[in-house]
Parts: sequence; structure tokens; C-alpha cells
Amino acid sequence: MANQVPVAEGVFTWPSDEPQLIASERDGELSFPARPGEDERLLSRRGTLWAFTTQQFRPPSPPYDGNDTAETFQPYALGYVELPGELRVQGRFTESDPEKLRIGMEMEVVVVPYTTRPDGTEVLTYAFAPVADAGVDR
Amino acid sequence: MSAPEVAIVGVGLHPFGRYGDKPALQMGTEAVRDALADAGTEWSRVQQAYVGSHVVSNPDAIIGSLGLTGIPVRGVFNGCATGGTSLQMAAAAIRYGEADVAMAIGFDKHPRGAFTGHPSIVGLPEWYGQVGLFLTTHFFGTKINRYMGLHGISQDTLARVAAKNLRNGEITPHAWRRKAMSVEEIRDSAVVNYPLTQYMYCSPCEGAAAVVLCRADLASSFSSAPVYVRASELRSRRPGAFELQSPSLPLETAPSPSVDASRAAYEAAGIGPEDVQVAQLQDTDAGSELIHMAENGFCADGEQEKWLAEGATEIGGRLPVNTDGGLIANGEPIGASGLRQIYETVLQLQGRAGDRQVPGDPRVGYAHLYGAPGASAVTILSR
Repeated sequence: MANQVPVAEGVFTWPSDEPQLIASERDGELSFPARPGEDERLLSRRGTLWAFTTQQFRPPSPPYDGNDTAETFQPYALGYVELPGELRVQGRFTESDPEKLRIGMEMEVVVVPYTTRPDGTEVLTYAFAPVADAGVDR
Repeated sequence: MSAPEVAIVGVGLHPFGRYGDKPALQMGTEAVRDALADAGTEWSRVQQAYVGSHVVSNPDAIIGSLGLTGIPVRGVFNGCATGGTSLQMAAAAIRYGEADVAMAIGFDKHPRGAFTGHPSIVGLPEWYGQVGLFLTTHFFGTKINRYMGLHGISQDTLARVAAKNLRNGEITPHAWRRKAMSVEEIRDSAVVNYPLTQYMYCSPCEGAAAVVLCRADLASSFSSAPVYVRASELRSRRPGAFELQSPSLPLETAPSPSVDASRAAYEAAGIGPEDVQVAQLQDTDAGSELIHMAENGFCADGEQEKWLAEGATEIGGRLPVNTDGGLIANGEPIGASGLRQIYETVLQLQGRAGDRQVPGDPRVGYAHLYGAPGASAVTILSR
């Protein structure tokens, strides 16, 4: 199995079979990503799709660091998942077909590779997967 | 309506588009000279200037070509709301008695492609850009896709907005995009951010615009048809507003700053949306124009479907919107874009808009800007 590293520390719990996003809390107000100096708080793994679109063209590099090119870029869907009682969190989705996404459907946090470095190391990001698919794309 | 304090007596434009090696400052200089000629005056009469640009870090350098008269000149940048901010500041300088004559100027020259940069510049972590989330474009797809589901807007209505703006561009001599396209061509073109397609988006480009303002009681010495600034309001986002570049949003929502700026402008002007006869609304994409129709109080959420089907926002319709083709037909040099809206509104209110002139002798015009990271400027003008 390829060596894997998270895109950054402190964004999601890893390694974990049930990854959670790391938020922070101050005076009852949650923040994702976590703000320095605030109390860490792990967010719920499941929520409902609140809004979405797709990204059909390769984002400019930098800052995007996928190892693809404009020609090999694989479009992805992205949007917000509402974590009940917490926040609406933005992220990439594992499902890229907008016809298979609908507002209100149940989504779950997963951790997936989004690029591979020249030495073969896979870089991991969090993403949201439709709950029926959760686990498949890990 | 209270008595106006500030008048617009001259407008100038360097058409938006692509101009090779031509510097942004030169385009700005030409727009200023165009505006001064329109006002029948000279740079030496101008007592303050507010100059907006994204790519020129010290846009006040424009005085090098206009004349070193020693006046205060201030650089302005406020994202896509820059032009509205420059105008507002110039108007305020006159209202507060700091100047009798002031100018709002904007110019820019952007590289091709979507706006980007480094996430840290706006306080976001590196990873947000690395994984492909630091872009402005997908926000617009996300917001309109949710809005369409909630309020029953079809993709054909999105395409109708772009078709209208390109049709208006076709009859606007200075527009960048002057080729009309059918609703079907626009709808079936490549998807950029679902459900928005290639021809539903504006593009960054180059160009300049300038406005001469003066004390209302001096207006007749410059122009036989002054246009008065009834309101010019800027608002920033409140907690819970759904904005660009937001890795998370609180559950409790707040209206867009467009709603706040619009309400403030109507109140300051003593004018309501029903009085507006021509409107320029930020159309970064076709979906934004639809959303902004409601956020600026012109229709209820969802009524856009009927309005567009009926042609209500066409030049001959109930409320003509983006009569020069808006951002979709003119592109967006950020520093100048808001002043292009003012240029167009002034021409419409003076009956000088040629083939695209709104019929019925319009007296009240409205200009709206919106952009990252959640700022909106609204200007209401009247004869």
C-alpha cells in the first residue's frame, strides 16, 4: 500500500477508521477549520447535503497541487454538508455526477487521496460521500 | 426625495476587452479625458480623486499623465465592489464640503482565466487551495444551484439571462462581446460549475471608466443634463451570510450584503424598487443576475422564472437589466466595472444610449455590485 499523508495536520483525525473534522469552539461558537488558541472540538461524521456544484476545470496552480493536467483533470463535485447542530462545512464530494446528488441527502466524512507526489506518496483530503457509498472510496 | 447634494456631470469609458501591451494606466487616462470632455471641463478643476485598481498597486500614479496638480488622490480597492466604493467616496467628499469637483476613476488589466491567488492572503489555510477549493467560480454554481432548487428556477432561465446580456452587447458599440447567442447554444455549452455553463459566466478583462462629480448647485455650469446621486451605499457581510471562500458557515443564516446595501440605498434615496426604471446588476454569472433581482428588491424569490419568460428585463420590458450587456458582454476589469455601470446608467437617464436606449424617458437608475469576500455597493441615480 502506498505511503499516505494528510494534506495538513489538524484538519481531520487520521489515521482513523471513522475520521472526523477538527473544529474549534469559543463561547459556544464553532469554527472550521479550527482557530489557533481555541478549544478543539471534533465534528459529527454525518450530515445532510445543503448546497453543491461541480468543478469542471482544473483549478489554477498554485495553490491547487493535484498532479493532474488540464487534460487529465477529473471533475469533482463540491459543496456544503450541514452537520446537525454544528456547522455547514464545505468540501469535495466523492460523487462527481450532479445528477446523483440532491439537497437533503445524507452524507458522511471520508478521507481520500486527491493527488500523488513524485515519490509515490498519496496526499489525503477529507471529502463527503453519500452515505450509501461511505467506506467504498477509502 | 430630499434635495440632491451631489451631481454627476461627466462620464467616460475606455471600452472593456483585450488590448495587448497597452498599460492599464493609459486606458485610465483615456477614460478620464473622455469624462472631463463630457463635463466640458479640465483636470485642473478636479479637487479630489478616488482611483480603483486590482493590478496597479498605486493607481494614483495616473496623475503622472493627467497633471501634477497636488490634489489628494486615493487608491481604492474593494474587490468587485471597487467602482461603487470609489464613487461613494468621491460623492462623500463633495457632501462633506471637502471638494466641489471630484472624480471616481477605475482601470484594470487582468490575465486570462479565473481569479485566483494564495489562500493565506485572505486568511485561509494552505490546504484549502491545495485541494482545489480556493476559487471564486464554484461559489456562484453552489449558490444558484441551491437557489434554483428552492425557488423553482430552470436552467433555460439561466440561459435566457446570458442570451439577453449578449443580445444587449450586440447593440452596444463599446461592448466586448458583440455576438448574440441562442438560449440553446448557451444552455448546451460546456458546464463550468454545474448548472452554470461557459457562456453564462463573465470573464476578467481590461478597461477603464471615469466619472466627474460636483456639488449639485454647481451642476448646471458643467452639464445641461446632470444626473444626481440619490444614494451610494456599501455594506460588508454579517455572520451567516453565504459568501465566497467560506470553508464553513454557521447554521444561522443572514441575508447577503446586497440586501443590506440595497435597503440602505432605498432608504437614503427615499426611492423604492418600484420607482427604478433601469438597473445594472452584478452578473458575474447568469445565476447572480437572477439572485440579485430578488436581493435588490425588484421581485420575490422565484418570480424570475416568469420575469425572464416574459422578457421583463429586456430593454423594452418592465425593468430593463444590464442594458449594455453587463459583465457577461463587457467582462470585468474589477477596478472599472462599477463605474461602467454608472456610465451606462447616466447615458440611459440622459437619453444618450442609442440603439439600446430604454424607452419612456427613464428618470431613475440603479447600479449594484457584489463580490468577495462579501461586499456590496448600491448606487441610485436620478435626473
